[in-house]
Formats: sequence, structure tokens, C-alpha cells
Amino acid sequence: MKTPRTLYDKIIDAHTVRTLDDKGLILLYVDRTILNEYTSPQAFTGLRKAGRKVWNPKAALMVVDHVNSTAAHRTDRMPDAGGQRQVEYFAENARDFGIELFDILDKRQGIEHVVAPEQGLVMPGMVVAAGDSHTTTYGALGAVAFGIGTSDIEHYLATQTLVYRRLKTMRVSVTGPPAVGITSKDIVMEVIRRIGADGATGYAVEFAGDTLYAMSVEARMTVCTMIVEAGARGAVMAPDEKVIAYIRGRPRAPRGAMWESAVESWHLLKSDADARFDRELKIDAADVAPMVTWGTSPDQAATITDVVPHPETQVDVTRRKADLRALEYMGLMPGTPIASIPISHAFIGSCTNSRIEDLRDAAQVLDGRKVAQNVRAIVVPGSTQVRTQAETEGISQKFIDAGFEWRQSGCSMCLAMNDDVLKPGDRCASSTNRNFEGRQGAGARTHLMSPAMVAAAAVEGHITDVRKFRSGA
Amino acid sequence: MEPFHTVTGPAAPLLAPNIDTDIIMPKTFLKGVDREGLDVGAFNLLRFADGKPNPDFVLNKPGYEGCRFLVVGPNFGCGSSREHAVWGLSQLGIRALIGTTFAGIFNDNCKNNGLLTIVLPPETVAMLAHYASNPERNTFTIDLAQQTIFLDATSEEIMFDIDATRKDMLIKGLDPVGVTLEHADEIRAFEALHKENQPWFF
Repeated sequence: MKTPRTLYDKIIDAHTVRTLDDKGLILLYVDRTILNEYTSPQAFTGLRKAGRKVWNPKAALMVVDHVNSTAAHRTDRMPDAGGQRQVEYFAENARDFGIELFDILDKRQGIEHVVAPEQGLVMPGMVVAAGDSHTTTYGALGAVAFGIGTSDIEHYLATQTLVYRRLKTMRVSVTGPPAVGITSKDIVMEVIRRIGADGATGYAVEFAGDTLYAMSVEARMTVCTMIVEAGARGAVMAPDEKVIAYIRGRPRAPRGAMWESAVESWHLLKSDADARFDRELKIDAADVAPMVTWGTSPDQAATITDVVPHPETQVDVTRRKADLRALEYMGLMPGTPIASIPISHAFIGSCTNSRIEDLRDAAQVLDGRKVAQNVRAIVVPGSTQVRTQAETEGISQKFIDAGFEWRQSGCSMCLAMNDDVLKPGDRCASSTNRNFEGRQGAGARTHLMSPAMVAAAAVEGHITDVRKFRSGA
Repeated sequence: MEPFHTVTGPAAPLLAPNIDTDIIMPKTFLKGVDREGLDVGAFNLLRFADGKPNPDFVLNKPGYEGCRFLVVGPNFGCGSSREHAVWGLSQLGIRALIGTTFAGIFNDNCKNNGLLTIVLPPETVAMLAHYASNPERNTFTIDLAQQTIFLDATSEEIMFDIDATRKDMLIKGLDPVGVTLEHADEIRAFEALHKENQPWFF
């Protein structure tokens, strides 16, 4: 009898070119990469210096997303000279190495993790590795996906492989119906709060349970994207009919007889019933409330009905010091109700939460309401296609009517590598994934939450419970 | 890649948990197309205040000039995949990091750039942090071949584990792409079979 295997192990086994030691080090075949303008240039320079070619240019896509402006009027000029040089070198590399490029003026441009699924470039059973930590997104489509650094991008481009150490496996099962108004963002933030910012370090996480399977593929992408904030080195979910329906008919999806064969093979992609995981975590969705971070690490989070914690209750000395430092940076007093913290900015965007469903959900909260006077509110669609769709559906108008700035697509204020930068002391309700010190601008303060929670905070001028905005809640 | 043999120098403590790559290399230093000039970027917002060295930051204090090692808190290097963080640390002169856990992508980036990461139990890291915190007793010698950290202050020798492949790459300063390309025929054969099984991937 064969040893039962997890989905992660099955996919990795099917991509193992050779074994390199007896402790799980392998040469791993990688099916795809997506390249961006800021982590790839040195990889191409490395290839040029060594006189090497790209192994399979068709297995890569280049997308401009990190450094571009998101101003309403789109041009091919970057906000600064460094970004301009990066984008120019990016185009030069695309041309010289024969890789397809979605440049800033392309109708298919957007955040790489929004664009690749949109194009049907990611399929169940694939291994995808790319130069951005949030590559874990593609786990929602049944691929094993993970971020890599620039040296490994170069290794991938030259060899179509990576020297890879097999990970331990963790299954996160979320079960039961969530309360009204709870999003997948709240669920993943709860997971991160429970296991900590390094709780999944060294693990590939498989998400399971009826709660997530009742949710859309886009909602699952949010969960897979953000689990990297618990240190997960890969994420995966067994593909179901929703995933297959999501991929069907997309520009790069297989067609005809090949589609039928592909679907047949995708139906087999799941962990064996008795497969053993190195760690299991079970979450009852009914216990999840809207989540907000109060600190400078994604695990420093609380529910909307909580107060800012008292660091002295933290038993671990290192954690206590970190909590004190975080509260000092965030300018918060212990005991302050989370649902009273005033904001100066509201940001909806990022690979975590900028897809059409995210925008629909936030727009529903905003419908007929206005952004508070002292708040600057910005929405940056995840891709140019999402932007166009939102305009067609009339969602953009709801944002504009409420007082949000309706922007062009890009990573924008999630990491503030372009000109969307906050000032010291600014406090932002943000649908992004990292609340690190200085992430959205030196001295700026970030509170992570769902897009609907950002919309609600924008309206009230302070962090607030979105559930009271929900009809039927 | 600079091979790692035996390195001697001061160690500094940076013990907060979850020191992320945004802190190690802030976004303003990510606008290059090469790997150069990143020493000034490393810990920039902590090292400098109003354009001048911040006297409160450990690397600016007496006894930490020419620092070669950092004793770090758990989950060091979490967050963004930016390899600029590792390039910056190397350009600052850091040759090894000692801690309880390192974030995955960051750890791989270190390996690919000859920056040694040493994982030890919390009590050993705490002991090393104790010496690193005293600028008069913070000289360590790391011998990768012997897998030892030697403390000048006490003449104590601490052993560490490292996987054999990683050790070999670091000591020889090998080009990983070149090593893999020795198996190009095997990759091609695998690829042909993979394409036969899943033509829709290609």
C-alpha cells in the first residue's frame, strides 16, 4: 500500500527532477514565474554577465506594478528617476530575453498576483515561484506557490528549477458558517493572530474546511496571500468546481480536448484522506469577528470589540518589549477601544484585497454615505481589468460619490514604493497585508483590516465595526 | 560569492522579534537596477536620524565599529522577499547572523549571498546576546569548517549545526546556477515527460 500523501507532497513529488540529499533537498522543476520591475533587474544582469539564456521564456510573464504612479491619468512616465530606469531596463530585458511584458499602458497590467490568475496563467497542480513574497496567492487555485529572492529568480530563469528543501506541512481547517459581515480577510488575520508572525515558518499550509470552500476563489486568494505573514513558505488548497469555473475560458486556459484532460487531472488533486500533517490548526468560523491590527506586526491584532492590549499582561519578556515598542510607534494607549481610533487616511488596494469582489463589498458599505471630512480615502484597483469592470458595474461611481479617489492600478500604498507615501504620524485604515514600521511611509501608522472595514472607517473617521453598516446585520 | 572560512570580529545584539526586511532595507533604497550602494540603506531609519548617525542605535555605539555578526531575535528577516536586505547587510560588513529562527525567503537569500545564518536554541542565543551586548567582550570567531563560535571573552566554544550542502556552497563560494546546469540533460528529460503528462502547462 502506498503511503498516504498530502496535496503539497503530491505536487512536489511530481516536480522533483533529482534528489540532492537524504533530508529533503531536491532540484524542483518550476512551471511559471511572474517578474516585476524591482526584484528582477539584478537577476537579468546576472544572466547577461554569465552569458546565459532564459531556459523557457514562455514560462515567464513580466508585469510593471510596484513603482508606477496610480494617478487617474495614466502615462508611461514613472514618478521618479529610479523607477523610470527600472521600468526601462525591465522592457530591455523583456525584449532581449524574449519574455512577454505587460507594460504600464497595457490593458492587462496590474498587480502581478491579480493579473496572473486573471489571465489563466496559474493552474491546479503547478509549481509557481516568483520574486514577491505574496506569490502564495496562487495556492487558492490549487498550485504550490511561493516567493523567492533575486538570486533564485536568476536560478529559475537559467535552469527552470530551484534548489529546494521540502517543507513541513500544516493544515488549517476552517469550519462552520461565519457570522454575517465576516470576510476571508478576518479569517486569515485570526489565523495569524493565533499562531504568530512565525507560526508557519518552515511550513507549507493547506487550507481546508467548508467555510473557505463556501467562499469564492477570490476570497480564498486573500487567505493564501496573507498566510505568508505567519511565515508560511507556501500555500495550497485542493481545487474544486469553483476553481475550475474560475479558470475556464481565461486567455491562457487550455481549450477543447486539452481542457477536458486538464479538468480530469485536476479532480484528482487533493490530500489523501489519511494523510498526516505535521501540524493541524482548527478554527470555528463562528468565533471570528472583524479584525484590526493595533501594532507593527500582522500578529499584533484584535477584534473590533476589543481594546488595545496592556503589554504588562504579556508573559514573554521579548514579546512584552515588542508590544511596548509597537504601541509607542503607533501612538496608542493600552485600554483604548479599537473602535474609537481616529484615522487620517483610508486605503483600499493591494494583492490581498483589490479584486472586483473586494471593491463590490466596500462599495456596498459606502453606498449613499460620505467619507468623513478629515479623511483622505483612496481606492486602487488590483488590475486595469478590475478597474474597467468596476467602472462598467458602476462601482467606481459609488467610490467617487462617497469621496474616494478612484485610481489606476498598482501596488501603490501597500508598500509605498511609488509616490503614494504617507507622512510621519498619518494613520491609515488599510486593506493591505503589512503594518510594519514605515511600511506606508516613514513614521506612518497602519491598521490592517478588510476592505469593508476600511470603507466603514473612512465614513466614520475612526475605526468602527462594519457589521452595523451591513443590511440584515 | 565570497567564500566563508574563519571570520573574527565584533558581534552586536538586535533582539526584537520579527525584524522585517522593510526595517533592514527601507523602500527608498529599492530603486536600483544593480546590487551596489546598499550599505547606507541597511537599517537606515534606525541608524540615522535627521541625516546624522543615531547614537542610540547599537551599531553606532563604541565597540561596534566593524561589526561582523548580529545576534538577532526570532523570525528575523520576515516580510518582503527583497534580496536588497541581504545585499545591504553584506555591504555593511555583516558575515553571519545568529538567532533562533529566520524567515524562509530571507534565509534562502542569505545562503545565495554567502551570509551565514546560524540557528541555535533560545538559551544559547540569549548567552551569546549577553556577550554581544557588552562592547568590551563582544569579539567572536566563527569557523564554518569546524562549525564553531569561539568567544574571546571566555574562550568558550559553541558548536552549531548546518546542513552539509549549504556548508559546502558557503565554504567554496560556488555559483549555484553553474552547479545546477551540470544537470541540464536531466532537467530536459524531466521536462519532456512533464509536458507529456500535462501539456496544458506549456
